[in-house]
Amino acid sequence: MPAMKRALHLLWLLPVLLAALLAGCARAPSESRIVLRFWTMGEEGQAAAQLVKGFETLHPDIRVEVQQLPWTAAHAKLLTAYAGGTTPDIAQMGNTWIPEMAALRAIVPLDRFIAGSHIVTPADYFPGIWKSNVIAGKDYGVPWYVDTRLIFYRKDILAAAGFDHPPTSWAGWTRMMAAIKARARPGDWAALLPLNEFEQLVSFSLEQPGSFLKGHDQYGNFQSPQFTAALRFYLSFFRDGYAPRIDDTQIASVPIEFARGHYAFYVSGPWMIREFETRMPASVQKDWATAPLPGPTGADSNSGIAGGASLVIFRSSRHKAAAWKLIEYLSQPAVQDRFHQLTGDLPPRRSTFARPDIASDPYAAAFFAQLQRARAVPRIAEYEQIVREMQTIAARAAWGRLDVAQTTALLDRKTDAILAKRRWMIAHGRLAP
Amino acid sequence: MKSNQTLAAWVFTGPALIVIGLFFLVPVLLALGLSFTDFDIYALASLKNVQFVGFDNYLTVLRMGLFWKALGNTLYFVVVGVPLSIAAALGAALLVHSRLARWKGFFRTALFTPVVANIIAVAVIWKYLFQQHYGVVNYVLGWFGVQPIDWLGNPHMAMPTIIFFALWKNFGYAMIIVLAGLQAIPDELYEAARLDGASAWKQVRHITLPMLGPTLMTVGLLTMVGYFQLFAEPYVMTEGGPLQSTLSVLYLMYNQGFDWWNLGLASAIAFTLFVFTLAATFLLVRVGRRKGWV
Repeated sequence: MPAMKRALHLLWLLPVLLAALLAGCARAPSESRIVLRFWTMGEEGQAAAQLVKGFETLHPDIRVEVQQLPWTAAHAKLLTAYAGGTTPDIAQMGNTWIPEMAALRAIVPLDRFIAGSHIVTPADYFPGIWKSNVIAGKDYGVPWYVDTRLIFYRKDILAAAGFDHPPTSWAGWTRMMAAIKARARPGDWAALLPLNEFEQLVSFSLEQPGSFLKGHDQYGNFQSPQFTAALRFYLSFFRDGYAPRIDDTQIASVPIEFARGHYAFYVSGPWMIREFETRMPASVQKDWATAPLPGPTGADSNSGIAGGASLVIFRSSRHKAAAWKLIEYLSQPAVQDRFHQLTGDLPPRRSTFARPDIASDPYAAAFFAQLQRARAVPRIAEYEQIVREMQTIAARAAWGRLDVAQTTALLDRKTDAILAKRRWMIAHGRLAP
Repeated sequence: MKSNQTLAAWVFTGPALIVIGLFFLVPVLLALGLSFTDFDIYALASLKNVQFVGFDNYLTVLRMGLFWKALGNTLYFVVVGVPLSIAAALGAALLVHSRLARWKGFFRTALFTPVVANIIAVAVIWKYLFQQHYGVVNYVLGWFGVQPIDWLGNPHMAMPTIIFFALWKNFGYAMIIVLAGLQAIPDELYEAARLDGASAWKQVRHITLPMLGPTLMTVGLLTMVGYFQLFAEPYVMTEGGPLQSTLSVLYLMYNQGFDWWNLGLASAIAFTLFVFTLAATFLLVRVGRRKGWV
């Protein structure tokens, strides 16, 4: 997200805060309606504010106060709210934050609610996505929308290089990039994988068996042959000159650069569909498509991150039953479809994907295919700290400052240090492994 | 009689001492204690999960590559920013103080306005001004044939841009203090110098600057200590990027403390920064003492 946009988010947060304040002041003390405090993040907040109107009509006894947090400040805000005892009733939460909130006992398991629900049916959800909220056998969130990283590509550039299909294997992808790079104008590249994003390397590693953590996620497993293979493949993009060594902050506009043919492949997530549809000129709209991430040995080995955001209920909430009603409402395929229309976010349920609006979207099909195979990342509080450290080190390797063996050894050392407290907690029986 | 006076002194200073103790001394001591523990996200869940770790956090800080990078960035900001701020403050004060200047009140207020302006609001405006493709700064530079510069996105340009922004935001405060110093210089000195045929520059060089020494010393110390605590400017303009080129020590502390909730480590970073600030202050005071400004 461009920095400017973030600042604007902060700005339009002001009226929302003011409105919340005024609403707080104006509320008559005798009001008998339940007030649910619902924290949302980023663009989804605006859509949520519209969706809850339908919920309030169905449940006149419940009023929902939607508060929008900017993504950049949301994590710190959640932790300080927990420390200060001011957590809301219900919140949208990035799946990778859930283990941390569960370790804090800030959010409650939802198994009891899910068992009694005929709307939230786990079997209808993509398995990897559903699993990403299960910690020590308990379910802490209901997926709201999904994120998995796959390839956006330029059909015309591939065709000019002699390929009429997107790549399905790592080797095939490399061949295509070599052919594209050989014909590229100076300054153009075969692919774009921004060096400050950890998702690409994590995605490649999830396409390999096993995990980059071992021993109940207590130690780094980066020196394993599986992760080493993923890292080698990742680094080959930069070593062989297929992708530039840049951060996404150095790109003014990905859609515009993609439209100009600066890159033939771009690894990104579902929100990019709408970005491309609205920001690329009409002349190139017929020339781009999405495809599942190529697998190490072909389409059968495809996988990816099972990411996204979920809805959670806080332990401090005095209205858990009402909060669950809101989760159920937002989980209905019809409401998820509306949410998709408002935001472009992709739904976590197969039955929502089957609705005509999404089923007819050619760009969503690749996501649907990959989401069946997407895998949950390690569910531990330290996950984000580890993958950010991983990316900082991988970026140095991409610049040629570290070789593969040095990189994986350093990653294991740093990760073991980050996980020291987790090992201590497990050894002392204070945390379920 | 003596004891009565002592009692009265305690009664008068007591409330202030209690407030300082409660809201300054106790939190500082608590933070110091925190820096010797591994207080983290698990400790937030239950205090039983806290361990005493001695100087481990401090060793971690000193071994952390990012800390030295952040310290380097902070020193860059201080070493370049403080002299520029003082120079700007002095220049503006001399102009406003000049007997030739009109509408002194207006200029004094106008130059002081950035200090009281809300930093979030002005940061948004400056971000627009510095925008690479449609910002006014590049538009104006374009008249002189300068290619568009990515002020906030280029790792080499981001810190200079932040320094400029901080300078604009903060120099008014120092200017007011320098202005007060200027007004305290007796006019007779200038009259005598003029009779001796000293030029305007010589008057500044041999009267204004020496007489302002103590004032400039104070302003320099205040500005330096303030600039060591660089945080708001990169937080609102660049979020520490690009390539961590505007990450300051305080920003690193914020990341560790409030993003990862490693409060033990964050406290250790804070006290390490305190030691560096203290050392720099002593150095400056020593120089000042030699020149007789303190």
